[in-house]
Amino acid sequence: MSEQVEILKSRRQGDRLVLTPVGPWTAVHAHDLEPVIEAQATSSQPERAVDIDMSQVKPLDTFGAWLIERLARAWNARGAETRIVGLPEDYRGLVDEVHDANLKRPPVRVQPSRILVMLDTIGRSLVAVGQAAMLILQMLGQVSAVGFRAMLHPTKFRWTSMVVHIDRVGWNGVPIMLLVTFLIGCILAQQGIFHFRKFGADIFVIDMIGILVLREVGVLVVSIMIAGRSGSAYTAEIGSMKMREEIDALRTMGFDPVEVLILPRIVALVISLPLLAFLGSMAALYGGGLVAWLYGGIDPDVFLGRLREAISLETFLVGIIKAPVMAFIIGIVAAVQGLQVQGSAESLGARTTSSVVISIFLVIVLDGFFAIFFAAIGM
Amino acid sequence: MNVNVAEPRREVVLSARDVVVGFGEKNTLDHLDLDVYRGEVLGFVGGSGAGKSVLMRTIIGLVPKRQGKIEVFGVDLDAATEEELVAVEQRWGILFQQGALFSSLNVLQNVQFPIREYLNVSERLMQEIAVAKLEMVGLSPDVQEKYPAELSGGMIKRVALARALALDPELVFLDEPTSGLDPIGAGEFDELIRTLQRTLGLTVYMVTHDLDSLHAICDRIAVLAGGKVILTGTMQDMLVSEHPWLKAYFRGKRARMAHLQD
Repeated sequence: MSEQVEILKSRRQGDRLVLTPVGPWTAVHAHDLEPVIEAQATSSQPERAVDIDMSQVKPLDTFGAWLIERLARAWNARGAETRIVGLPEDYRGLVDEVHDANLKRPPVRVQPSRILVMLDTIGRSLVAVGQAAMLILQMLGQVSAVGFRAMLHPTKFRWTSMVVHIDRVGWNGVPIMLLVTFLIGCILAQQGIFHFRKFGADIFVIDMIGILVLREVGVLVVSIMIAGRSGSAYTAEIGSMKMREEIDALRTMGFDPVEVLILPRIVALVISLPLLAFLGSMAALYGGGLVAWLYGGIDPDVFLGRLREAISLETFLVGIIKAPVMAFIIGIVAAVQGLQVQGSAESLGARTTSSVVISIFLVIVLDGFFAIFFAAIGM
Repeated sequence: MNVNVAEPRREVVLSARDVVVGFGEKNTLDHLDLDVYRGEVLGFVGGSGAGKSVLMRTIIGLVPKRQGKIEVFGVDLDAATEEELVAVEQRWGILFQQGALFSSLNVLQNVQFPIREYLNVSERLMQEIAVAKLEMVGLSPDVQEKYPAELSGGMIKRVALARALALDPELVFLDEPTSGLDPIGAGEFDELIRTLQRTLGLTVYMVTHDLDSLHAICDRIAVLAGGKVILTGTMQDMLVSEHPWLKAYFRGKRARMAHLQD
């Protein structure tokens, strides 16, 4: 650019160097101005005295004024006596203002060694895991306490709130749960028939579907879906109430947030999840039966007869007993994470994510423990 | 119609003509006209729900209008191209009522955000300018690393002001800048706005309810009632007006307590 040469004129007057910034020294030009200032500030020629003539700058803003100040400081630092002359009265205040700016050096942050950072991260994560476990235990205790209190005084329990949440978590969740479990039943049957047929055992697909769906898949799939669908919603609700100080407001009015907000939600979950798990299991069996008939050529009569032999009430009970426990743990984790939300939108997102991740993890771990337990008692 | 007190010929930086804004059946702003001149502090008053914030949000393009024309720096915002709009947006700064700081960025990053996005400058200059802005609004360097959630209400307003001023705008919109501040904090904030307005040569459009602010720093006051600007003028003009709402507002009990009569 031809005008770039003209941004900062320099001439000599006696033994003084006179620098004359010209034209607009504003934010939009800062990109072109900074290198000019830097070139001046780092030039090695020694000077006794420098004048910065401001009479030809128009307009000037904080960016320009700061760059001039930076230039003046650079010359000063090299021992040149620097003056700002010809400053229009309009810009006096601004130039004075930036003259006082940036005097304190920002604290220099030392970069710790990589191994230290790694150890630090590991340590912190371990502590965080411990704390999360403690918080879950603590919430478990609190919910049990208010739960027992509610049993002693049933009129104090928030029935309306519970019904609302059953509607949201249970009733509104029915279609998607049915659809997903139906599809899983179909897939199980199709895969089973495809592979079992190779050694002529396709009839045993019915045993497999019946036991698998009733013992494991129905409850597990529905629990995981609920953790993603309702656990996350609980965390986000409670978290944003925490952000807007609604939780604090409740507390100061003498209400226990665990009793008012968390208990009805958890009870709603404990009621809804087994029902959804039952409906889901039925949908999966229906899907399995449908595919067995259409794809495997197994008549519905045969399917039902075989199913009756393969499963017992025990099979069903083993599955459905797990459901309330899963619901309880999803609710506890959602509540704990919701109450951990801090002021920022980012923390709300992070907490909602960990709510879903932790509850799905715990659901699967619990399922494992249940498997060991039922095996031990011979069910 | 607009009862304009005789104004010297000055450059108009913002003009709204025949603006109609409504929600549902009701028109909140009904054929409203307004001019803002370069270098002035315009205080905008009106009853709660009269549409002060709606007008501000309409001007800055957050609320669609049904009719009318808004020109900022001589650019018609409806007819402007994308580039022209971005250019205008770089020349104005907005202080939202709750600060609207980005909660996932710290104080320094909040102030640097517009600079980083719009200007192609070095990391060092960005740092220095942001620190200078924070010092201008009276914040000490130890708040730089803090996040908005850790700040007090007054500090949030100051950081938000620093962010609004990051690109050295010519026109600044302030939505109730002193609301939520104690009288001392509010007084200091008024003083700060006045000082910055003089230093940086700002034009200030200030929505406010604070009679002290109106008295202390506004060059001109515009009054919104019934969807129109019913009067613009100095504090003196407000005090002599016989309009019932203005009488109640400027000469009522709270106004007397704010020593407006002396």
